[in-house]
Amino acid sequence: MYSVKEIKKGLEEKKFSTVEIVKEYLEKIKKEDKKIKAFITLREDEAIKEAIEVDKKIASGQELRLLEGLPVGLKDNIATKGLKTTCSSKILEDFIPPYDASATIKVREKGGIVIGKLNMDEFAMGSSTENSAFFDTKNPWDLSRVPGGSSGGSAAAVSAGFAPITYGSDTGGSVRIPASFCGVVGLKPTYGLVSRYGLIALASSLDQIGPFGKSVEDCIYGLEGVQGFDKKDSTSKDVKLPDYFEEIKKGIKGLKVGVPEEFFGQGIDKEIKKKIEDNIKILEKLGAHIERFSLPITDTGLSAYYIISSAEASSNLGRYDGVRYGIRAEDYSSFEELIVKSRTEGFGEEVKRRIMLGTYALSSGYYDAYYKKAMIFRKKVEKLFDDAFDKYDVVVSPTLPILPFKLGEKINNPMEMYLSDTFTVNINLAGVPAISVPAGFSKEGLPIGMQFIGDKFSEDILFRFAYALEQELKLDLDPWKEGR
Amino acid sequence: MGAFETIIGLEIHVELGTKSKIFCGCSTEFGKKANENTCPVCIGLPGVMPVLNERVVDLAVKAGQVLNCKINKINKTDRKNYFYPDLPKAYQISQFDMPVCSDGYLELGEEFQGKKVGITRIHIEEDAGKLIHLEDEDVTLIDYNRAGVPLVEIVTEPDIRSAEEAHDFLKKLRNILVYSEISDCKMEEGSLRCDANISIRKVGSDVLNTKVEIKNMNSFKEVHKALLKEEKRQLELYRYGEEHKIVQETRRWDSGKGRTVTMRTKEDAHDYRYFPEPDLPPMILEEKYIDTIKETIPELPMEKKERFVKDYGLSQKDAEVIIDDKATANFFEKLVSKTKDPKESSNWVITEVLRSLKEYDEIPVSSQQLAELIKEIKSGSISRNAGKKVFDKMCDTDKMPVDLIDDLGLKQISSEDKLEEIVKEILDKNSEAVEDFKSGKGKAFGFLMGQTMKETKGKANPGVVKKILEEKLKKM
Repeated sequence: MYSVKEIKKGLEEKKFSTVEIVKEYLEKIKKEDKKIKAFITLREDEAIKEAIEVDKKIASGQELRLLEGLPVGLKDNIATKGLKTTCSSKILEDFIPPYDASATIKVREKGGIVIGKLNMDEFAMGSSTENSAFFDTKNPWDLSRVPGGSSGGSAAAVSAGFAPITYGSDTGGSVRIPASFCGVVGLKPTYGLVSRYGLIALASSLDQIGPFGKSVEDCIYGLEGVQGFDKKDSTSKDVKLPDYFEEIKKGIKGLKVGVPEEFFGQGIDKEIKKKIEDNIKILEKLGAHIERFSLPITDTGLSAYYIISSAEASSNLGRYDGVRYGIRAEDYSSFEELIVKSRTEGFGEEVKRRIMLGTYALSSGYYDAYYKKAMIFRKKVEKLFDDAFDKYDVVVSPTLPILPFKLGEKINNPMEMYLSDTFTVNINLAGVPAISVPAGFSKEGLPIGMQFIGDKFSEDILFRFAYALEQELKLDLDPWKEGR
Repeated sequence: MGAFETIIGLEIHVELGTKSKIFCGCSTEFGKKANENTCPVCIGLPGVMPVLNERVVDLAVKAGQVLNCKINKINKTDRKNYFYPDLPKAYQISQFDMPVCSDGYLELGEEFQGKKVGITRIHIEEDAGKLIHLEDEDVTLIDYNRAGVPLVEIVTEPDIRSAEEAHDFLKKLRNILVYSEISDCKMEEGSLRCDANISIRKVGSDVLNTKVEIKNMNSFKEVHKALLKEEKRQLELYRYGEEHKIVQETRRWDSGKGRTVTMRTKEDAHDYRYFPEPDLPPMILEEKYIDTIKETIPELPMEKKERFVKDYGLSQKDAEVIIDDKATANFFEKLVSKTKDPKESSNWVITEVLRSLKEYDEIPVSSQQLAELIKEIKSGSISRNAGKKVFDKMCDTDKMPVDLIDDLGLKQISSEDKLEEIVKEILDKNSEAVEDFKSGKGKAFGFLMGQTMKETKGKANPGVVKKILEEKLKKM
């Protein structure tokens, strides 16, 4: 399909109309998504109506906005006014928000056309999208494998060419993991760069909305479409936003790269390790200074992450009680029974597991041993990253220690599933940004992702590295190609 | 068996007088149609986020200042988690270990020798909605208009030693909060709610025994009654060696039956699983900001009382009565500025004005009306008793006293010539009484006075009548 720039240029030069573009993507989805199953909801009629409006603008010679006429897909935990937003949960199966998320509003204000809502792990809990209450999404590179998660639908959609830009959310790796598995670019922005208002919360202190694109440039368009201060989110930050397109021209010469030993040690797939090491050599060739160092956070970080995120989730998910919206159990004779039955019927296994874990971690008598301890470790992670960024412009690692796995392979072993997040969760604990960029393929032809981690609000530097590597590798990222 | 003393601590929830809710822009107006004052934020729809209403912090800081608290420059909000249908998010945003104010006190009145009751803390939080159980249907409805209305919870030290002290504390507290425009403190609208913790111990001991929490007291009088009743219950258990029956529990005051009943015991107590609210950053209060809030504090009841004593020469007691209600105190000041007679003004306020408040929600006469009335009385145009009749009439009309005196025909007869004639007639008619007076029966004078007043239908100026009567009797 097309890159963002190709669409923008085509529309400006009237090579094709917006309606044609939107229809082309919708047709492709209707034809191919039977295999991938990325979309939960398609927004056909409204999308075409909006495309007609854009064409009128173009005809009258009006200036086109950043995302004007671009088909955009949203993870199904980003609220869309009048359009079902399910979080891939039975409990919100028919939930139609009476409001837009701030990110949705920004995308619309910049001219983006929402074409549909994308599958995910229920309430963004998972690393494979197999926890969706509705259906599994397949990895476009190998339909027997998972696309990663929790934003599996968003990553698979971009990979399969269903939309030039999609959005996901990343609480512990949920953008970067599927980006890596599906061979696309995915960014977890600095905590506070993108408004969380209307993003249905998993863990409020960790969640960030992030863009997917087939290229670094598309990913930049994606970020520019949603970033910036929002008074409706008190944790959003009012910072000066750089011109990323200018920044990426600068290259990476003279920049310092830290390589944390712990992210290359035990448990990492050999092919992945080799690929990332090769790419580090490319960075060196491009003029970056490489230095190995120790960042001892991976094991404890994972535990701290699961305690904090589950604790917050247990509280955030309390509102699904069957009283005001969502599914309500049929037979009940008391408030308590109404709440217990509705939640028992409405939530899936993983959600229940994390609610129990989080409730336990916060309960009196265990708070100090779990939640408090995890929060102390979180401070330490922040500090260690702070120290690292005193020395380095970026820290690099594989996005995951493993290759995309088979559907059903890990779903019955939650602990093994959690281990997929080892390299991604600490970034969220520290609130720093990280990007996953396609780093190459395994012998079997499965995508491998490389993660660049930066200091707070250093997305410009992450884009510089990602772009430099992308230009050097020139990977073919079309999973539909003959013979694949 | 020695003497016992009662240990009471209060927890008071006060709705702050803001126009909009604590975390969204919805109105806080009372008495609207069910669920009219709601939005996605205050009914807890998925994905929405709270934004703290800064006015709430202003008022909470002010509350801390008028209650002599330390204002904590760094404080934060926390989530208090529990399931209940009136709590939309299944957690209440409150403050746990870092409240906005702490370590203050409030002084009780003269009868308690100005005893200081410690304020442990004041924290901000959001109110919950309201459940409506239909009487004849098996249905419960929920009105979320109140969900998200800002509250402060004021917690006292266990410094209170009697139901009377508790009652006085609440009165003083309400007064201060109303004066400083923090809350309207209307218990009947739920904008002030009070729970009490009570235990007893032997005098001289400093242990705190098992306390019982009492809820559901809907007026200051009920707080007083409930505490007396619970005190009696516990005392009785101690007296007969059954104190082990006092368990840590929450008891509900049943005002109909006039007793407290068990609501829930310690075993059913919630584990609220408090943790820091991740959707709101900690609050950092600058010194300068705290000073700005301090400047908005108006004259407080105690200061006003002292000024009334000093400037107007009122007695401590009279001043305390007048300042007890802000509107009354303001009325008094306006009245004095017109009459230039503090004594007479305070007399009218303490008697007639306060009496009128038993019947009317607010003072039913204007200070202008009352000032004119006082002028008429002082000039002798009408008698004091007639003045009271005019006052009663004024409560229902805007008419000025001059007109009402005419309407009611109350004008006083002060003309000496006219009264002399009447007195002469009375003396002629009552020669027996005159004889009695001459023979030293003082009572007869009163009788003759009375007869004169009766003859004039009470309109005669009693001072003038007295003078004429004395003169005439002397001559006889």
